[in-house]
Amino acid sequence: MNSVNKKIDWFPYLLLLPATIITLIIVAWPLVETIRLSFTNTSLSQTFEYVGIDNYVKMFEKKFPSVIARTFYWMAISVSLKMILGIIGAVLLNAAVPGRTLFRVLIMPPWVVPIAIGVFIWGWMYNGQFGMISGLAQRLGILSGPFEFLAYRNSAFMSTIVTDVWIGTPMVTVYLLAAMQSISPDLHEAAWTDGASRLYRFRRITMPLIMPAVATMSLLSAIWTFNSFDIIWILTEGGPRNATTTMIIDTYKTAISRFRYGEGSARAVMIVLFLSIFSAFYFLMVSKIAKKSTA
Amino acid sequence: MINKYRWWEYVLIYSGIALFLTFILAPFVEAFVVSLRPLDALFSIPYQFFTDEMSFDAYFTMWSSVPLLFRYMVNSFFISTAVTVLALLAIIPASYAFSRFEFRFKNSILAAFLAINMVSGAVLIIPLYKVMQQLGVLNTYFAMIAPGVAFVIPTGIWLLRSYLIKIPKELEEAALVDGAGRIYTLIRVIIPVALPGIMVVAIATFIAAYAQQFIFALTFNSTNELNPLPVGLFQFFGRENVVWNELLAASLVGILPVLILYVFLQKHIVSGLTAGAVKE
Repeated sequence: MNSVNKKIDWFPYLLLLPATIITLIIVAWPLVETIRLSFTNTSLSQTFEYVGIDNYVKMFEKKFPSVIARTFYWMAISVSLKMILGIIGAVLLNAAVPGRTLFRVLIMPPWVVPIAIGVFIWGWMYNGQFGMISGLAQRLGILSGPFEFLAYRNSAFMSTIVTDVWIGTPMVTVYLLAAMQSISPDLHEAAWTDGASRLYRFRRITMPLIMPAVATMSLLSAIWTFNSFDIIWILTEGGPRNATTTMIIDTYKTAISRFRYGEGSARAVMIVLFLSIFSAFYFLMVSKIAKKSTA
Repeated sequence: MINKYRWWEYVLIYSGIALFLTFILAPFVEAFVVSLRPLDALFSIPYQFFTDEMSFDAYFTMWSSVPLLFRYMVNSFFISTAVTVLALLAIIPASYAFSRFEFRFKNSILAAFLAINMVSGAVLIIPLYKVMQQLGVLNTYFAMIAPGVAFVIPTGIWLLRSYLIKIPKELEEAALVDGAGRIYTLIRVIIPVALPGIMVVAIATFIAAYAQQFIFALTFNSTNELNPLPVGLFQFFGRENVVWNELLAASLVGILPVLILYVFLQKHIVSGLTAGAVKE
């Protein structure tokens, strides 16, 4: 008569109920709804029709492929810069020099401060007439006159990347620093007694051991960069002449600024598709690393 | 010794750190200096880093140039606090379930929650906008609070779960033997013991909620009195003649609460935020 034991214990599910309800309403249902809307011509009017894959066809006939290419280009440059700076930063902050505790505190502000507000400051710095960057460059003789960084296609593209790198680098640095500190000091000491130089130890001990952290962080960083909205919207709203229009910005402009919910949804579905691919890679990598470390 | 550096290595390390910190901190220094300079000095050519007549004037005049400034700050605080409280009501029981109980689909459910971290509010903005429209809650605090809650829950669960796992099981077993109910045990035994962990999660959640306000407020709210600081200031940012010293003074005052929280609790916050990057 141990049917009591076989009965499902509902208590843990009960505990999960609030989080699950919120998630279903705010994330899961809108996700499904986005897919449904992407097959409709929903706009501001009350009526809508199902239009099959029209939105997708239209989207690819227009400039969408170039938006995808631009998004990946933007992401690739930004993530590489963040990783390079992050590794350099972690190495520097890992050095046993006086003051390093303070330095570690000082690198974090871009990350904890609300993104929008940090970007306001960059908006000032990119100002061509009076901003710091243009001003300093003129003083140093790099620029011969005022240069409006956000007004030209290439410079606007690079400027939004620089700001994104500024916001993202602290996180990468701290994460890689944590990975470096989890390396057993015995390894370094053993190599040191054998006469291995610092550079040699970095190449043969530090780098291989932080590689999993570098890989996971690159993917995570790619996902966040892909989702990045505030920086571009505040600095350029996707301009000039679409030079900084990434997929997220394109979706927002189509749906919220032009009220074409159906076409916007088709774009959002494409984003979700790409994000799922990244996430699949990410989870695969994390589980692979977990398996390796237990084996 | 292994950690002994030669003099040129010290020079190399310190100049590297100096360069790195310059990139990170220069915008803040510049913002502060600009907030101290009179507007006509800012608009002088050639560019000058300092001006003779530095003053805190902008910090007083900004309240009248941006009449709703104080309101924006209160709104930002209110929205973040509401998001934090609501999120905790979901995070605490959920992380208790993940840390203490064995149940079917446990790992899949946890993975599903963590997968939310991969999408942002911007991706789901269209259906969310339509829902808010249909519920008639556009231009209310609710529209800015509710979506925010969902996006801070996953990291919160992840953080608090790893904290709760470390609390010995004997504690609640004793309470249960004494005849206490399970919900009573959670509220009266577990929560008090886990309070330090809950505080860390609350602060990390607050900072995240403070940071993510922009897009929800920009999209779901057009009532200026309800705007949080980032969107409130954004209107001034887009103008033809930006009053830069006041805008940057207001920005700095707006980020002060988060910076103070950070300075005092930086150790917990750093470990808290990096844990969001999933490592077991």
